[in-house]
Amino acid sequence: MTNTVTPSRAKTSAMIASIAEPGQKTASAPFGHALVALAEQDPTVVGLSADLAKYTDMHIFRDRFPERFFQVGMAEQVLLGAAAGMAETGLVPFVSTYSVFAARRAYDFLCLDIAEPNLNVNVVGGLPGLTTGYGPSHQATEDMAIFRGMPNLTIVDPCDSVDIEQAVPQLAAAAGPTYLRLLRGHVPTVLDEYDYTFELGKASVLRGGHDVVLISSGLMTMRALQAATALAAHKVDVAVVHTPTIKPFDAETVLAELNTDRLAVTLENHTIRGGLFETVASAAVLAGVAKRVIPVALPDAFLDAGALPTLHRRYGLDVDSIVATVLDGLA
Amino acid sequence: MTQTVDRGTRVADLAAAADRIRHHILDMGEVQGQGYVGQGLGFADVLAVIYKDLANLRPQDPEWFDRDRVLLSMGHYAIAEYAALAEAGTLSVDELETYGSDDSRLPMSGMSTYTPGMEISGGSLGHGLGVAVGMALGLRFQGNPARVINMMSDGELDEGSTWEAAMAAAHHGLGNLLCVVDVNQLQADGPTAGVLRTEPLIDKWQAFGWRTVRVDGNDIDALVTAFESVPPGDTPAVVLCDTRIGRGVPFLETREKAHFIRIDEHEWDLARQALRAANPAGSN
Repeated sequence: MTNTVTPSRAKTSAMIASIAEPGQKTASAPFGHALVALAEQDPTVVGLSADLAKYTDMHIFRDRFPERFFQVGMAEQVLLGAAAGMAETGLVPFVSTYSVFAARRAYDFLCLDIAEPNLNVNVVGGLPGLTTGYGPSHQATEDMAIFRGMPNLTIVDPCDSVDIEQAVPQLAAAAGPTYLRLLRGHVPTVLDEYDYTFELGKASVLRGGHDVVLISSGLMTMRALQAATALAAHKVDVAVVHTPTIKPFDAETVLAELNTDRLAVTLENHTIRGGLFETVASAAVLAGVAKRVIPVALPDAFLDAGALPTLHRRYGLDVDSIVATVLDGLA
Repeated sequence: MTQTVDRGTRVADLAAAADRIRHHILDMGEVQGQGYVGQGLGFADVLAVIYKDLANLRPQDPEWFDRDRVLLSMGHYAIAEYAALAEAGTLSVDELETYGSDDSRLPMSGMSTYTPGMEISGGSLGHGLGVAVGMALGLRFQGNPARVINMMSDGELDEGSTWEAAMAAAHHGLGNLLCVVDVNQLQADGPTAGVLRTEPLIDKWQAFGWRTVRVDGNDIDALVTAFESVPPGDTPAVVLCDTRIGRGVPFLETREKAHFIRIDEHEWDLARQALRAANPAGSN
């Protein structure tokens, strides 16, 4: 064997990989700081976590309001049960854990203890969709599919720090339970460049375009905006519609944009089963809109472990893949 | 609370209340022809002591904020809970006739959204203690001295969530939390000893950091003493109540398939007669 230079391999690195790109404007722990800001105003706001406060940005709240933070240990069933009990006494709990644990381990407790009596408990799930390379144990690629079937539950899939900061007080103000797909750590700040404010239950047209309409939620809105810029170089004019609230879904705004001659593409950080694509599709059928829609979504499969940028490329969530999907769709 | 009443009168009053609860259970059971009648009869004495002696409630105002919270974790026992709520005065005795019927406020399994006085929705087991932990935390945080009383069955000890909650309660020193376990040693697939062994119960709860007392759950006098022995304190407390399914109706006590008793049409009157024979001083 001759000595050759081994190409550098991307490492899985931390369980919690950052979705921010080098040089991108970010905000640190926007959820934690937004919760503190809310709690300064509202003495009924409390926080709970199941041994993951540090990893869900709840530690910002814990350190500012230690007497209003309740640790229950690595035990998601009592996490959600106790949150229900606290809500029954008039408090407004924010509960944080990873999305996989909230959705898979504690579904019955969120459903029966919180959603059925329609309590104001706000569940914040870390690592939604493909935001860790740690493998299927931690990748909540089906969390929206699981939760969309739960009556009374509001589901929010924020794009960036702006969405999160503005969503937190609105989640607390909403009477029933909510689920927020958390982006944590250094979270990109993107939507401040647009004429946009988060409004619970509303979709928003971030930019207009004559050739293509991208309908996206979560971090995929950031990619949609980047893809729109890249596609301009191809002389393709792209509109982007951001739908941070998945349930209840703003079908009126979305279908008005969808029901045109433009190529329509949905983009989500979630399996193709039961997420944004199927939400849009069912809304269209119900309204009698016959329209081809191309999905950009994760496959119906347990995903690989690996480095997050590698995986996003592998599963078609990166900007280059989106551009290619759109150009293929126009061809 | 009836602290000023002499002990004998207090116990006799509670026994009469338990007797009325049993009669209500039989009346409701007859409406549907079946149900968790056996468990209700077994748990009636405990319910009488909790609702008539222990808990600080305003029966006519079930949403009173400073009330003690009494949770029915085993929603299957709804038939017994309705009987107790009628005995307490939260429900009218007349309404019990609607049990399990369309549009009734009294569904077969206990649901908080249906029934005044029902604190939680049960049916899926192992939920009550976790919610009770949150209520106890929330009340203590707000400086409210109300107590949280979680009623559960020994079958729920199979559920891991119960032990998650037990650990959390001890860790947080929830002395305002009382758990009452109906130990009737029978669950859906048969005797608990064969389905999943849960003994030694005292040792388990003590190891989890709880104050414990074990009592004959069909002995009113002993129940009163047991509850007095675990007042609100620095740690959570559990009262393990050994009960007998079908208690008060001998031919039901000895019925082999007791978990979900099927009672023939002619047997309801026989059951009521047996109850009267067992407690001729009863009011019904």
